[in-house]
Amino acid sequence: MTTTSAPPGPPRPTRRLGDRVFAGSATGAGILILLVLAGVAVFLVTEAWPALTANSADLPNGKSLASYVAPLVFGTLVAAVIALLVATPLAVAIALYITYYAPRRLAATMGYVIDLLAAIPSVVYGFWGIAALAPAMVPFYGWAAEHLGFIPLFAGPASTTGKTMLTAGLVLAVMILPIISAISREVFGQAPALHREAALALGATRWEMIRMAVLPYGKSGVIGGAMLGLGRALGETLAVAIVLSASGGITFNLISSSNPSTIAANIALNFPESSGLAVNTLIASGLALFLITLVVNVFARWVVTRRAEFSGAN
Amino acid sequence: MSTETTLAPSGTGGNGSPGPVRTHRRLPRYGVAALYLGGVVVGALLSALTGFSIALTVVYGVVLGTLAVYLVARRVEGRRKATDRLVTTVVTSAFGIAMVPLVSLVYTVLDNGLGRLDSAFFNSSMLGIVGEGGGAYHAILGTVIITALTAAISVPIGLLTAIYLVEYGTGRLKKAITFLVDVMTGIPSIVAGLFAFALFALFFGPGIRLGIMGAVALAVLMTPVVVRSSEEVLKLVPNELREASYALGVPKWRTILKIVIPTAIGGLGTGITLAVARVIGETAPLLVTTGFVNGTNLDPFSGRMTTLPTFSFYQLTQPGFPPEFGIDRAWTAALVLIILVMALNVVARLISRIFAPKTGR
Repeated sequence: MTTTSAPPGPPRPTRRLGDRVFAGSATGAGILILLVLAGVAVFLVTEAWPALTANSADLPNGKSLASYVAPLVFGTLVAAVIALLVATPLAVAIALYITYYAPRRLAATMGYVIDLLAAIPSVVYGFWGIAALAPAMVPFYGWAAEHLGFIPLFAGPASTTGKTMLTAGLVLAVMILPIISAISREVFGQAPALHREAALALGATRWEMIRMAVLPYGKSGVIGGAMLGLGRALGETLAVAIVLSASGGITFNLISSSNPSTIAANIALNFPESSGLAVNTLIASGLALFLITLVVNVFARWVVTRRAEFSGAN
Repeated sequence: MSTETTLAPSGTGGNGSPGPVRTHRRLPRYGVAALYLGGVVVGALLSALTGFSIALTVVYGVVLGTLAVYLVARRVEGRRKATDRLVTTVVTSAFGIAMVPLVSLVYTVLDNGLGRLDSAFFNSSMLGIVGEGGGAYHAILGTVIITALTAAISVPIGLLTAIYLVEYGTGRLKKAITFLVDVMTGIPSIVAGLFAFALFALFFGPGIRLGIMGAVALAVLMTPVVVRSSEEVLKLVPNELREASYALGVPKWRTILKIVIPTAIGGLGTGITLAVARVIGETAPLLVTTGFVNGTNLDPFSGRMTTLPTFSFYQLTQPGFPPEFGIDRAWTAALVLIILVMALNVVARLISRIFAPKTGR
């Protein structure tokens, strides 16, 4: 905390050349980061401009840009929301287990093992999704279409390959699990010891202690972590591109083989073969993705930093 | 539950005389174990009805055992203790559930990838290969070159930014940079790829595909990671060291170079290694920037380049004919990729252990 205020600047009044060069390049690097982020936005807009202004008949689908991007945005949101709904409760439970239930000696190792999930490249997740998860889900899809068909989500006809929106969402859930659980773990670990001990001293069971002292303290951290996970799930490309069989428009049916694609997967699959205006259209959809994730991430950071300011502990 | 009877003695034993002081009644450990055992046995029988499987046995066993323990505990120990036991099981099984994908993933990749993990895979490219044989020589070199370029771009920028944030930064610019670095961490990798493409397409036309474009795209992803980790580590360097150095008349830049960075070198190395591990597996930005080629290209400034992740992706999605050889190569490439990432993680841990900061903390 004292870093910013304590060093009273260089001890000598004359600023040496080395100092000036060093301070200048450090500041320059910082400003470069600002420029890069602005550059991302500027260059995307420049390259997307032809598609934004083009005659709608020239676009890849022959209709308007909005009708091209809308199913993709929908697919992106559905996959990410499934991932979030599955991953958040699981990640919170894991974080609680590692911070308050696991044997002390093993806890650090267990945290490391969960973090390993984050290290695995996304293309490998795609491989796993299509080779292991999708076939394993097929019997469930058949069963769901038969018995839960009255719910629109499981309307069927069930996919026979397992390459469905639900599978893609589950793969994404596994991928964002370590992100949410890492942040939750950090916040839960910081819950004030006095509160926890007071709860236990009043006769609370371990769960009651967690519910009364830990969860309220960690709530905004969990929300922030979940939003960061959401941001990751929205932008995840290869896993979805491999796992999802994308051939349909907007539908809430999660278990059939015609699904809307996601923005990122659509770019990855179509970009290498595209040329001309098709490229601009894909970049325009990328711009939409950039804006969506930007909003989500800014909100997440805002929630997390607000918590950091409130907690006097650190 | 049939298992409930096994606990009846312990339950009624404490129930005999309600004295003035109510002692805590607890389920004995063996009672809990017996309930779970019963649950597993019943689960095995249930799963045997539809063709025996170990997975179903475990699932049924845990669910039934938990239910039994909850009901018994509710009668013997009361509602609150019972809820506590229930939550303990739920939380523990959540950890177990998270292990399933990890184990399954590692098993699947090993199972499919070990077949082609031979010397030909590392020694030959895909030039002129149809069907059997071939390897990822060109892709491995491409990954090494592009990752090295990425590190060459983003380590100096990231490190200097971190130094700025910790040593020089004040006021609004510092706040803005901190915030934007955080936001930059969340840029989707495909968007970073599109950025690099848009940047180069503006100057060289839309058909451009170069290795250096991939490096630029990955640098956008890697720099914020380097900044974050370096910043955390530099903050840990005690202020007393800096002040002692200033007191001896050492200028600030020499203090940073000779005192701050050497003290934090272990943490910096760990952070950079982890950042490399993060970008080495990125596929999406490379699909749109470096393209794909069958031969070996070592020049990142001219022509397309193949990297391990894109190689693996294309071998799986466009395996050629007959497909099984391409798919085998794809899995082996995935396996090599995982081994690389894990190795980098281990190296990072080693660095942090060997160069552990010798500070007061």
